[in-house]
Amino acid sequence: MNLRSSVDIITEWDIVAARQLGRNEAKDVGFGTVDQARITTAISELARNIYLYAGKGNIEIKQIAEGNLKGLQVIASDKGPGIADVRKVMEDGFTTSGGLGAGLPGVKRLMDDFKIETVFGEGTVISATKWLR
Amino acid sequence: MEEFKKQYKKILEQYILKQTEHNLYEGQNISRQLIQKNISPEEVISIHKASLEEIMSDLDGDVQHSFDLLIEVMIRYGLALKEHQTLIQKQQNIKMEMELAANVQQTLLKTKVPKEIDLDIGIITVPAKEMNGDYAHFLHDNTHVGIAVADVIGKGIPAALCMSMIKYGMDSLDGAETDPVIVLDVINRIVEKSVSDSMFISMFYGKYDTSKSEFTYASAGHEPPLFYCSETSSFTELQAKGLLLGVIPNVKYEQQSITLNKGDFVVMMTDGVTECRSKEGFIEQKTIMDIIENVRDQPAQEMVEYVFHKLEELQDFEQRDDFTLVIFKKI
Ligand SMILES: Nc1ncnc2c1ncn2[C@@H]1O[C@H](COP(=O)(O)OP(=O)(O)OP(=O)(O)O)[C@@H](O)[C@H]1O
Ligand SMILES: [Mg+2]
Repeated sequence: MNLRSSVDIITEWDIVAARQLGRNEAKDVGFGTVDQARITTAISELARNIYLYAGKGNIEIKQIAEGNLKGLQVIASDKGPGIADVRKVMEDGFTTSGGLGAGLPGVKRLMDDFKIETVFGEGTVISATKWLR
Repeated sequence: MEEFKKQYKKILEQYILKQTEHNLYEGQNISRQLIQKNISPEEVISIHKASLEEIMSDLDGDVQHSFDLLIEVMIRYGLALKEHQTLIQKQQNIKMEMELAANVQQTLLKTKVPKEIDLDIGIITVPAKEMNGDYAHFLHDNTHVGIAVADVIGKGIPAALCMSMIKYGMDSLDGAETDPVIVLDVINRIVEKSVSDSMFISMFYGKYDTSKSEFTYASAGHEPPLFYCSETSSFTELQAKGLLLGVIPNVKYEQQSITLNKGDFVVMMTDGVTECRSKEGFIEQKTIMDIIENVRDQPAQEMVEYVFHKLEELQDFEQRDDFTLVIFKKI
């Protein structure tokens, strides 16, 4: 079972569309209100980064299953400038907004699995998964 | 989690019924447990919403929806809390590392106070933070005692790292007989080569010759020591011209000598001593002299400790800079 759907991020309003898609899918998988809010917050952060730093890109939402586990995977990809120092970006308190929970470290905390692939000058793919417990 | 839900529902039920202070107190107590168990604010609201739905079967739909908005708003507070916890953990690790580093430094900078000579020597060195940017080191043989007192401008780790270099330089010297100008010249070249332009170090070097009771000294921009003449009961500053270490490779240092008579002493220090501040401003040199003179007949070690405690008191126990004080008293 692999249900995919995606939203292109071009304008700021697409962030809302990506959230909406994520929420619908999350409900469909069976996540409760709190986890829905966590997933959509993660989507917001990833989509906003695409909008701010890459200009445009795509958010894909995938319902996935592994054995008995059901989950939702969010894949944010863009062909933007890439991230030069991933380790630094993943440090708490590094975000331009001065931290306090936001940014990529926040996405990592909100979701269960988090993977970031980025080539400086070529683009970024971030995938984050939440499992239903 | 289920346990908390049950407890919370009970407290809420009671509160809706009676609204007593006791109910609220119970609410506050459960919040402590919730935080301890890492239950985030959004989860607490979700528990609240679920409990309310169970307690009031006729709960208004609009009110129910409002909690979903609140949950959304609280997500970031939850993240901020988690981040805060990680940062505290990190801070504790750094603190532990600092303590270890301070221990390493203490071992590294250990110096043996010379005994069995005609000098009574007292030394105290207290860092303002964990790591010390002051340095005091003795060299000695049968007839000579050398004393180096240095101060890195700045405090903490960068200053401490610099200090290790001076120690390395001092270890490369031949012995206690070396002239102060030569000592400063050697150390200056080492520092000039290896330290960034923004680091400045001042250093005093003195050599006492037991055969002549003569104290010879030179200074690289360091706080001038005080010489106490027991005969006239008066202090004078031991001035010697010389640039700070590490600025340029070739510096001409000036060397001077005095003779020590019985009861005379030399007080060497870093600016942690002279730049002590009380509420009224800098503590004056005269005050420091008076403090020292009060205890001139005590053993040198008791003298330095007394001065430190007195100045600590005058500063309301708030030490701003690394503090080092060495006394050479002729006996
Ligand atoms: N898709 C991306 N492409 C290029 N650079 C990115 C991308 N996402 C993040 N970055 C870089 O990583 C940094 C950290 O991102 P992160 O989302 O953690 O924090 P922020 O966007 O700076 O601040 P906040 O999200 O808290 O408002 C950004 O400042 C940006 O330089
Ligand atoms: Mg961001």
